[in-house]
Amino acid sequence: MKYQVVIGLEVHVQLLTNTKIFCGCSTRFGAEPNSQTCPVCLGLPGALPVLNKKVVEYAIRAGLATSCSIAPRSIFARKNYFYPDLPKGYQISQYELPICVDGRLDIEVDGETKRIGITRIHMEEDAGKLVHLETMEAGEKSYVDLNRACTPLLEVVSEPDMRSADEAVAYLKKLHQIVTYLGICDGNMEEGSFRCDANVSLMPVGAEEFGTRAELKNINSFRFVKQAIEYEIERQAEILDEGGKVVQETRLFDPATGTTRSMRGKEEAHDYRYFPDPDLVPLVVSGDWIEEVRSSLPELPDAKRQRYQAELGLPEYDAEVLAASRDIADYFDACVALYPQAKPVSNWVMGEVLRALKEDNREFADCPVTPRLLAEMLKLVESGTISGKIAKTVFDEMYKTGKEPAKIVEEKGLVQVSDTGAIEKIIDEVLTANPDNVEQYRGGKEKLFGFFVGQVMKASKGKANPALVNEILLNKLKG
Amino acid sequence: MKITREQVEHVAKLARLELTEDEKALFTGQLDGILAYVDKLNELNTDGIVPTSHAVPMENAFREDVVAASIGIEKALANAPDRSESFFRVPKVIE
Repeated sequence: MKYQVVIGLEVHVQLLTNTKIFCGCSTRFGAEPNSQTCPVCLGLPGALPVLNKKVVEYAIRAGLATSCSIAPRSIFARKNYFYPDLPKGYQISQYELPICVDGRLDIEVDGETKRIGITRIHMEEDAGKLVHLETMEAGEKSYVDLNRACTPLLEVVSEPDMRSADEAVAYLKKLHQIVTYLGICDGNMEEGSFRCDANVSLMPVGAEEFGTRAELKNINSFRFVKQAIEYEIERQAEILDEGGKVVQETRLFDPATGTTRSMRGKEEAHDYRYFPDPDLVPLVVSGDWIEEVRSSLPELPDAKRQRYQAELGLPEYDAEVLAASRDIADYFDACVALYPQAKPVSNWVMGEVLRALKEDNREFADCPVTPRLLAEMLKLVESGTISGKIAKTVFDEMYKTGKEPAKIVEEKGLVQVSDTGAIEKIIDEVLTANPDNVEQYRGGKEKLFGFFVGQVMKASKGKANPALVNEILLNKLKG
Repeated sequence: MKITREQVEHVAKLARLELTEDEKALFTGQLDGILAYVDKLNELNTDGIVPTSHAVPMENAFREDVVAASIGIEKALANAPDRSESFFRVPKVIE
């Protein structure tokens, strides 16, 4: 039978705050186990949580960027379950009245735009980390590090609107792009700063009622999301084809095998007995606060892409690449502000800059060629001081040393030769040295023109003005 | 009866409590009595009244996002029944 897959995603976004959501402990990654803890995040009796205002601001940012309504009043709830990484025996989350509801994201798959609903975004605390280290003594033990306990998270819950693994990946990438643009999440999937659970079910094509879903966990890369969903589609189709029933359960994705497996015994844990947390007073967000946050939002990727095409006249491809991450876009914007010729800047950013950073495994923020240096260099090209070819040499030198381009040109004697007399002299020498080729060219083998240009450029060590070389050479070859 | 024995067993399991048969019977009766007592509230007409989530009429208690000193590993682990280096050590959790 033919089946239609139905997918909804729950994404946990770890917020880039300095401190935890309900206490002043640092959220820095990689500290010694349990060194960033206090009575609140250890769940000691009598300790009281106090909400980090920044977390609310970041939640509002995320909500506005995904067209959600921001709830004027929301409350925190306790989600009760027992696990060794959860010291209080409950997780503080939001249940009945989350801070953001009814949003959406537009994704593009195969050239078609599709709208994916966002049911809600709520704030919650993360649990600690269970560690199983091989270096530690063997035996029936687990180890608990509570540094991560109480780290602020947003949970973004989508509607079951996706109909293929590709749509799920597109949605996830879009959301990832937005939260990193907003500066509320570092987006590091390997370290778990952006993680995803997928609810996947099948129904016969044409049916209206959704089938029973499985919840897939532990998917920490875009590639794995695709793999996990595609595996799950196959698994469920096989069960249904044999007349069986899909069991509603949580399944763990195993990246090593690309398969999912049942996490038995967790079913009953779904009875979380939520109730309002009496330790945290209701959160009221005023219209003024919302507007204040709205005015601080950066330009988002979709708007940027459109502006690059409409206002800067860049091709769609350039706009796509440059707007893909905030790092690239910020670099490009800074450079264009200093040298307002979008296309040359785009060519250099997408070409040499990206290449050099990639080879070096560096971030845009650490690029030795700052937007200002790149702009200065492009000005030298525009004024004819250096040729486009020499610019590559200057760029490499700037990248290595961080020196001013004008200084590099001066030190290395790279100034373009635009002196007609000097160029004529070089051309004469080249023509005299290659009489056979000159004769063949004049006999109709015009392809040889490139050969002459190459020889002239070589003789001038790349410094001859290419436009002048072409012009003079053409005249001289006419004879 | 408001409360069944099965419900008591379920809640006990969620709370990781092991109850004897006598205790199950005892708590079923007690919980039932408590619920019957609280049930009096249902006699009130609460149409149009927003559910009370908090008893104190207060809102928006915030802290700024400024790091405060943690208490340190030794204090954090002081009450731990078992530890290894700077970790809490617990019975193995099976995934």
